[in-house]
Amino acid sequence: MNKKLLFVPLVLFLALAMVFMVQLTRNAGGDDPTKLESVLVGKPVPNFKLEDLVETGKLYEQDIFKGEPLLLNVWATWCPTCYAEHTYLNDLASKGVKIIGLNYKDERIKAVRWLNELGNPYIHSLFDGNGMLGMDLGVYGAPETFLIDAKGIVRYRHVGDVNERNWADTLEPMYQALLEEAKG
Amino acid sequence: MIAELGHFSLIVALGLSILASIYPLYGASVGNQSMMRMARPLTFGVFGMLLLSFIVLCWAFYTNDFTVTYVASNSNSLLPWYYRITAVWGAHEGSLLLWVLIQATWAAAVAMFSRGMPLESVSRVLAVMGMISVGFLLFIIVTSNPFLRTLPFFPVDGRDLNPLLQDPGLIIHPPMLYMGYVGFSVAFAFAIASLMTGRLDTAWARWSRPWTIAAWSFLTLGIALGSWWAYYELGWGGWWFWDPVENASFMPWLAGTALMHSLSVTEKRGTFKAWTVLLAISAFSLSLLGTFLVRSGVLVSVHAFASDPARGMFILGFLVVVIGGSLLLYALRGGQIRARGNYSLFSRENLLLANNLLLVAGLLVVLIGTLLPLIHKQIGLGSVSIGVPFFNTLFTWLMIPFAFILGIGPMVRWKRDNISNITKPMIISAAITLPFSFLAIMLFTDSMEPMAILGLVMAVWIVVMHGFELYQRATHRHTFMKGLGKLGRSHWAMMLGHIGLAVSVIGMTLVSNYDIERDVRLAPGETIQVQGYDFNFAGLRDADGPNYDGYIADFNITRNGKHETTLHAEKRFYTTAGSMMTEAAIDSGVTRDLYVAMGERLDDGAWAVRIYFKPFVNWIWFGSVLMALGGVMAISDKRYRFRKKAKVGNAKAAKQAEVN
Repeated sequence: MNKKLLFVPLVLFLALAMVFMVQLTRNAGGDDPTKLESVLVGKPVPNFKLEDLVETGKLYEQDIFKGEPLLLNVWATWCPTCYAEHTYLNDLASKGVKIIGLNYKDERIKAVRWLNELGNPYIHSLFDGNGMLGMDLGVYGAPETFLIDAKGIVRYRHVGDVNERNWADTLEPMYQALLEEAKG
Repeated sequence: MIAELGHFSLIVALGLSILASIYPLYGASVGNQSMMRMARPLTFGVFGMLLLSFIVLCWAFYTNDFTVTYVASNSNSLLPWYYRITAVWGAHEGSLLLWVLIQATWAAAVAMFSRGMPLESVSRVLAVMGMISVGFLLFIIVTSNPFLRTLPFFPVDGRDLNPLLQDPGLIIHPPMLYMGYVGFSVAFAFAIASLMTGRLDTAWARWSRPWTIAAWSFLTLGIALGSWWAYYELGWGGWWFWDPVENASFMPWLAGTALMHSLSVTEKRGTFKAWTVLLAISAFSLSLLGTFLVRSGVLVSVHAFASDPARGMFILGFLVVVIGGSLLLYALRGGQIRARGNYSLFSRENLLLANNLLLVAGLLVVLIGTLLPLIHKQIGLGSVSIGVPFFNTLFTWLMIPFAFILGIGPMVRWKRDNISNITKPMIISAAITLPFSFLAIMLFTDSMEPMAILGLVMAVWIVVMHGFELYQRATHRHTFMKGLGKLGRSHWAMMLGHIGLAVSVIGMTLVSNYDIERDVRLAPGETIQVQGYDFNFAGLRDADGPNYDGYIADFNITRNGKHETTLHAEKRFYTTAGSMMTEAAIDSGVTRDLYVAMGERLDDGAWAVRIYFKPFVNWIWFGSVLMALGGVMAISDKRYRFRKKAKVGNAKAAKQAEVN
């Protein structure tokens, strides 16, 4: 056997270790892997025309994002984390936070059933079966949540579940600021 | 005071394992008997100290000692005592302590049951295992100490345990998985010890085989248990999600499966040595990698522990030392490994190698699927998502040649065989398998799904070919019944393992292709038919609990007018939390699971009801249990009774192996 071949596993492993190393230093530097950059920040929500999740034929356009600050939550029934996140979204909705749901690459029947069973925190539910709006938004997976201001401009992108901690730490202060901004 | 005792014994354990990793190794290299003899007592010492430390932590949980930070943040006084104990491994620090304790248990078991091995090998193996515990103990003591105090301002009561974790499934699931993960450290230690000396003989393979099989059996059960738990308790109706943490447990399993088979070739035929050593290193390395992925915050997953970059860096450093070091050793010394056997293209050796490569290919699919999103983003190509279809498609394609070879492998002779020897069994088996699978699908299902037929063909092929092999082997010298009695346990182990896989494949195939999920509107008194079962919504009764308003819906299920079962699906509204919980009702059976869950109350007293029909889903777990039983059977084979091995030389052992 060629002796050089025996080094292949070692080299592959070291390369992998480098990747981890880079990621960890990024994490330490504040780049949470759950925090992905978005080119959309500062730009309006992309154009879309999507059906309501429950009522087929009822169409929404981007004007639903105008008027007051909102959360846009991307979710799907195939996503276990969304399941964990859902209860917290219900809590937020009951506190008066306005959330629009974007059901992403999912089956309509399952999604409707999910909302019936777990409760519906959304003021509107958009159905994005082929993931076109998701693609325009640069969605990486579910769940993701976008903070959108009263003018319909994307202000922040949060990847991963919204929970008590990150809501209190990052999202809520930004949301409150947007509310102030809308008033003033 | 008691918590400090736990902390102290942890430090003593660290000291002892440092000694255990230096002393015997040095003794072995200079040939000092008394130093080598220290290996066993030191290993037992580490085990004793860790056991003490673990018991102390359990005690702190049991007595609700909220002056200990870890207890305060993971348990509270209202939890029943058994959940307080299992909360010990409910979070990062405690589960890590459980991990080192199990590792020390394996090391102690090696020290105990290796009387027949030369002292020099034992001391090297125990020294390597000692080094591993040094790493983990340092990690615990430096970054994740479970015995830190909250003093002087301790809380009156603790935080709640994550409600998902308050489940009997979680009492045994993590310890089982850890037994599997850590168990591979034995095979790893054997491999490293023999790389150090450069002596890789068949004795080495024989010694590490039972340990590898034991670890593999635990891992098989652990994974199956996790999947079963997700299905029954979480009520998502699925049994595998390709979540990064599931993948982290699946990769060592694939490597372990390959290792187990490759070890048998190394033992019996003296070949594949370099490959076997690489697999032994990989199986344990992948277990470590899994730990790293779960605890470092590199990947996002539902299972992930609270992450901390400092901890991540520490484990990464540890990984580089352990995995990098052993791969370096492999690269430097691997060239000295001489394979002595020779074999022709068509032989059992090559078929085993082929399936080994397929297992490794599967492993790479999982590894790439798990890590690619991370790498992709780092090199600036933006984010990419790899989903369930990626894994499912690739695994289906890998499974086709795998099942084919698995069927014929046991019938092919070692060293050299003619394909003509097995053409007759192959043709007969194909003549049974193909029509059987087609007919089964045609008669018992409503639609011909090509994927279902394919899956069934693979499973039935494995079963029929093994039946053939059993018959041939039994009637080789005796009548069939007498011959069956003469078969060794290791032969039955192979049968169980392979048939178990076939059983699991049947379950996966049928449930993936024919499960039915229906959402219907039902008022009390109404009946709906799903897959031949009549679900009668008998009525609704109140079942209020202490902090919720509950309803129980009773369903009478009949089939062709005959009573099948009664299901009680529950719905709870937690008034304070404002949340709803659905307690689904499941009737488990051999050929199907029936599942009823209540949805929303609609107008005029009707309800949205979800009904699942899951055919053969239990076969998935039943097959895994068979595989694990096969492992138990293999270890109990008389070849592995170490005592008798004391003076058996290599030549005789090899001869014995060939007879087997």
